Amino acid sequence: MPKSKSRSDVAFRIGTGAFGFLLIALVCGIGVILAIESMPSIQKFGLSFWRTEIWDPVAGEFGALPFIWGTLYSSVLALLIATPIALGIAIFISELCPAALRQPLVFITELLAAIPSIVYGLWGIFVLVPAVRAVETSLPASLRALPLFSGPPLGLGMLSAALILAIMVIPFISSISREVLKSVPPAQREGAYALGATRFEAIRAAVFYARTGIIGAVMLGFGRALGETMAVTMVIGNNPKVAVSLFAPQYTMAAVVANEFAEAADRLYLSALVEIGLVLFIITLIINSFSRLLIWSMARTDKVVAEPVEAEAAA
Amino acid sequence: MNAIHKIAVAVAGAAVLVTGAAAQTMKINGAGATFPNPIYQKWFSEYNKLHQNIEINYQSIGSGGGIQQVIKETVFFGATDGPMTADQLQGAPGKILHFPTVLGAVVPVYNLPGVTAELKFSGPVLADIFLGKVTKWNDPALVKLNAGVTLPATDITVAHRADGSGTTYIWVDYLAKLSPEWKSKVGVATSVNWPTGVGGRGNEGVSGLVKQTPGAIGYVELIYALQNKIAYGSVMNAAGEPIKASVEAVTLAAAEAAKAMPPDFRVSITNAPGKGVYPISSFTWLLLYENAKDKAQAKTMVDFVKWALTDGQKYCADLGYAPLPEAVVKLEMAALAKIKVS
Repeated sequence: MPKSKSRSDVAFRIGTGAFGFLLIALVCGIGVILAIESMPSIQKFGLSFWRTEIWDPVAGEFGALPFIWGTLYSSVLALLIATPIALGIAIFISELCPAALRQPLVFITELLAAIPSIVYGLWGIFVLVPAVRAVETSLPASLRALPLFSGPPLGLGMLSAALILAIMVIPFISSISREVLKSVPPAQREGAYALGATRFEAIRAAVFYARTGIIGAVMLGFGRALGETMAVTMVIGNNPKVAVSLFAPQYTMAAVVANEFAEAADRLYLSALVEIGLVLFIITLIINSFSRLLIWSMARTDKVVAEPVEAEAAA
Repeated sequence: MNAIHKIAVAVAGAAVLVTGAAAQTMKINGAGATFPNPIYQKWFSEYNKLHQNIEINYQSIGSGGGIQQVIKETVFFGATDGPMTADQLQGAPGKILHFPTVLGAVVPVYNLPGVTAELKFSGPVLADIFLGKVTKWNDPALVKLNAGVTLPATDITVAHRADGSGTTYIWVDYLAKLSPEWKSKVGVATSVNWPTGVGGRGNEGVSGLVKQTPGAIGYVELIYALQNKIAYGSVMNAAGEPIKASVEAVTLAAAEAAKAMPPDFRVSITNAPGKGVYPISSFTWLLLYENAKDKAQAKTMVDFVKWALTDGQKYCADLGYAPLPEAVVKLEMAALAKIKVS
């Protein structure tokens, strides 16, 4: 009996290990296929693909810079808007919310995550974009002179894209942050109260304790914002130009691939589009590794910091 | 054991039934342009009612995708809104023939609050607007075309398609014919490097943009404008008349083009000569191999195309497509004989 048990143990380990390996193989496979398919473009443009601003399918000149810029700019803006709101929601639900309100609020934030992005896009076109245009046109001329607000007030553009992305990532960041806050040991808050902390200070202690998890939640939102396609392409204006202005129509990597892939018949054009996919893959990889590194290094210093605190609490 | 036997027998029986049915039904796969998709689907389903053993599947993945798949021979036939280039034809393993099926047109749509009169445009002016050279609605060029209309000094916002599209191809093909600057600076393709403006996704994206932005101008398919009752401007044709797009004016453009039709049907009919012709019109084509590997499928497709060009044309009106003129159908019937069916 024990023998067969250990045998099934081995089989189980091999089985689950195979699934783990499958995942690694999948990621590597995607990278390799993207690289092979984009070879003509890589050979023709080399590294200049990353810093060229021209995207001309007729002349066969391709550069990814406007798309890289648009993707990163819209995602970072979205996070700047979404993170405080999502954290506020998470803290309210987990710490301050009356019990009767908690379940409906949780349900509604999670419902936001379940709405298909095309629906967000349609809502963006018909509601958000006109509203943004109204705000843009009512801006005083002195502000409009700033580079950040230059250009005609179209409504479509970076600001609308950032807002819609922010709304889309809020449920992700707030749900995970809420779970993380929930898992903070009660002893943390009780300890704070015991030391005479106010409610605000106790919450601050809990948020501080959960900060690696919260950063993880934000990075997950960032990953989602980077890859979001349909809703963004419907409101960003799809113009491959690098611009600082929030009013300027711009473009993202995922959007250009989705828009142009179906009609691209030329080999170089196709491979340039695939290379955009490769660039997005690489950037996502870098950002994910960076966030892992950040969380890991914080978790390490946490231990060093946490020990004396625990010792104090024990004392 | 008994139960397992029963299941095995049932499965074997089902397999026999399935293969038996497959032997009788001929399935043909095609892929390509999205613009003619509604009428193609109608045709294939109507044709299936007439010939129940023939099932034609069509995937509207876009003209570019259709051309790719035909060249790779993953589908039996393709469909495209812009004729294949010489390079693409060279890349195919056999000779590919083009067959026009229906006609489409592209119309300028605009949003100019305070102006109720219908505006007139011309090729050079449209090209200058889309090049970003004409930036105000009261530009002298527009005022000259629209004598008697008071045009405001509103800024022009250009709206174009962001996705690669046959609609864009027809539009820029027309602009390039009437503006040397457009031809040299931008060129003709399903996606181009737009000098100015914002991109919307699909006809609905462009028309939504135009509807919401005061001072905007864009372009959509005639069918889309007709079905959604969107007002559009008229365009000067080669004979110097301002023509408002209609199904008849589009068919007329093709009839004029038929007089000088090249044998391979790869012809642009934008800015076609003749009176009453709408100038931003185009064919959409089916792509078939002249000498396909599967001769039975080739014969079926030839029969189908013959039906589509004659009886099938009556479905055009309901779906808003312009039917082919008689002269073009006649030329195509002769060309269909070139396809080897045995």
